[in-house]
Amino acid sequence: MHEMALGRGLVQLLEEQAQAQGFARVRKVTLALGDLGHVDPESLAFCFDVVTKGTVAEGAVLDIRRPAGQAHCWDCGIAVTIQSRADACPSCGGHRLSVIAGDEMTVRELEVD
Amino acid sequence: MCTTCGCAAGAVTIDGDHHHHHHHDPSDTAPGRVIALEIDLLVKNDAIAARNRARLEEANCLALNVMSSPGAGKTSLLVALVRHLSDRVPLAVIEGDQATANDAERIRATGVVAVQVNTGKGCHLDAHMIEHALERLGIPPHGMVFVENVGNLVCPAAFDLGEARKIVVASVTEGEDKPLKYPDMFAVADLLLINKVDLLPHLDFDIEALRANARTVNPRIACIEVSAKSGAGLAAVADWLEAARPGADAA
Repeated sequence: MHEMALGRGLVQLLEEQAQAQGFARVRKVTLALGDLGHVDPESLAFCFDVVTKGTVAEGAVLDIRRPAGQAHCWDCGIAVTIQSRADACPSCGGHRLSVIAGDEMTVRELEVD
Repeated sequence: MCTTCGCAAGAVTIDGDHHHHHHHDPSDTAPGRVIALEIDLLVKNDAIAARNRARLEEANCLALNVMSSPGAGKTSLLVALVRHLSDRVPLAVIEGDQATANDAERIRATGVVAVQVNTGKGCHLDAHMIEHALERLGIPPHGMVFVENVGNLVCPAAFDLGEARKIVVASVTEGEDKPLKYPDMFAVADLLLINKVDLLPHLDFDIEALRANARTVNPRIACIEVSAKSGAGLAAVADWLEAARPGADAA
């Protein structure tokens, strides 16, 4: 359950942004958690309420976007969409794939007061 | 506390799905100031990992992050490996576990320096723990540092420690489908060590299926069969490590 550690890191990041950008309260946090990233969005969402208590983000809305996983297939020479690192190329059924997108775990946007 | 579903005042949406999304305060309807960011959730960890990596590279030291499920034989393998290597290479070991100093004591019994990191309730090592452990141990110049992560095939995959290579250990007493069940871990690993091969005669284990599954999630992964008990494969591991050392290409 490393989502708790990620949640605490997120709160730290929000507190630093509050100092740097001069806001007192976070209303909404938009995250991009790619399908191939090392995080379970449901677990992170569960942790979010707990770790934000008593911080600038207490009560904030968490908006999680799920960018699709993209890989380059070395046999087809094209970019394909995959849901998991164990998936085969949907075009040729092979596994010679290199992930090119959809593994991000980033804070994209904040709505603040 | 929200009376609709019992969640705290916070609210959650996943990809626009209405999910735990309630307005609690009428003043919330006015939009706030929007700040665009593009910051990695692991930004703190990754900054410390980069610092660790720079310090290790400066000392020409090869750091290895060794991961597996509990019981795959990481510690026994490391004990056998440091015995195999310690007369030629300066070594140090960082042992990660939730509790006990048992593993560090097993390493120290070989004469190699080791420090134990206890994560308490934590399920993985992070770069900050390694930074402190390296301070305590001292980085062996022109040597190798083995980091034995907490036994777990999920969480440690996400955390860069500053290592040069990641090694995953899977033993032949586990399922051949471990790479398919835990693809994130096998996808980040540079080397798969297939451990406990001395037990193969007693098992119905398809070692080729394990290799094929590992290559399914990671076509570039290297595989070496080893036995901590018999010592089989240790020389091949030593060769792989030698090739991974800084400056190995120039030598």
